[in-house]
Amino acid sequence: MTRDLFPAAPVAHGAAWRIASAVPDPEMPVVSIGDLGILRDVTENDTGCVHVQITPTYSGCPAVETIGEDLVEALTCAGYRRVAVEVVLSPPWTTDWITPRGRALLAAHGIAPPGPATPAGPVDVALAVRCPRCGSLRTRESSRFGSTPCKALWTCRSCREPFERVKPI
Amino acid sequence: MTTSATSVDAVLGLGDDALVTAQRLGWWISRAPELEEDVALANIGLDQLGQARALLAHAGSLEGAGRSADDLAYLRGPEDFRNVLLVERPQQDFGVAMVRMLLLAAWQLEVYAALAAGADPVLAGVAAKAVKEVDYHLDHASTWVLRLGDGTEESHRRAQAALDAEWPYLAELLRPDSGACVDPATLAPAVLARATAVLDAATLTVPDVPPAGGGGRRGDHTEHLADLLAEMQQVARAHPGASW
Repeated sequence: MTRDLFPAAPVAHGAAWRIASAVPDPEMPVVSIGDLGILRDVTENDTGCVHVQITPTYSGCPAVETIGEDLVEALTCAGYRRVAVEVVLSPPWTTDWITPRGRALLAAHGIAPPGPATPAGPVDVALAVRCPRCGSLRTRESSRFGSTPCKALWTCRSCREPFERVKPI
Repeated sequence: MTTSATSVDAVLGLGDDALVTAQRLGWWISRAPELEEDVALANIGLDQLGQARALLAHAGSLEGAGRSADDLAYLRGPEDFRNVLLVERPQQDFGVAMVRMLLLAAWQLEVYAALAAGADPVLAGVAAKAVKEVDYHLDHASTWVLRLGDGTEESHRRAQAALDAEWPYLAELLRPDSGACVDPATLAPAVLARATAVLDAATLTVPDVPPAGGGGRRGDHTEHLADLLAEMQQVARAHPGASW
């Protein structure tokens, strides 16, 4: 996915990362691809060419193409002459890469963030999931799968509202 | 890195297992016993489709003839597919779908875990993602098999019938093959242990029947694959090179 443009005004180095990082996730636009850990690397050279590496959350994630297109759009609008987006599979995406800011934004918008994907100790304890609306811990998983590959469907026994949760992976 | 026909076929085998599985799971959309299951099967199918896409793309680049994942998915005939027979047969019985998912996921978990630690970096990358997804598939299938097997008389009877139908096809998956990405012979004990643990807990009996045989890995398929491909490839073949 590359696009050549006519010469544009010079852009400050390092700006490419900030622009790329701020691209919102197409399915959960409250968080950016930077916050989700989808953006892996941005390199730019002196002639306005930028190479972006992204990684899919799940093998079949249908948002990858859209994210790539959004990156090309955002960076070319910012003045980059040539934008290349590469999808890398290794190392595999893990919810551990979601930033604390990303987790807070998800929770603030009704999506329960994941717990640690890799348990710290030898005892695998299922941690309670807090309802993002009322804060109660009296919640249960209604379905392991939800509206996107990365989310599960939960219900709160206190406020009775359903909510989605990003699954630890 | 060798680019022999064997290694292309080996990667196609894994990719075609996933592609055909995804297609079979797609049938369940709008037909599952409950809404959450509809979503679950669609998600599992989507995971498999993503794995298939990555594996077929890799097979195409190993082959070096310029075939993309789409070319391989839509333009090959049944004789060129390398999936096992387990996945190509219809699965319009929910018990069959769950038992089959249990067997396949138990196998895929071992294969992907082995590939994630293997020498091919592309396969390792695909596998490292896939193994985590398949873990959820195995969990899903196990939950249902337990519920259906250790359920009512009716659900037990039907789950046992499903196991009787599917178990003979497991042998083809586990048949020793030194040309495969991972020799199934090295994985068979772990796959069998994992599957039988769930089946035992579900009070189901592993049938004492001969293996079904099958030459899916060399392109010898049942008539079911031709039917599946005819439906899956119809639009792409009718409009070559189209995009939208």
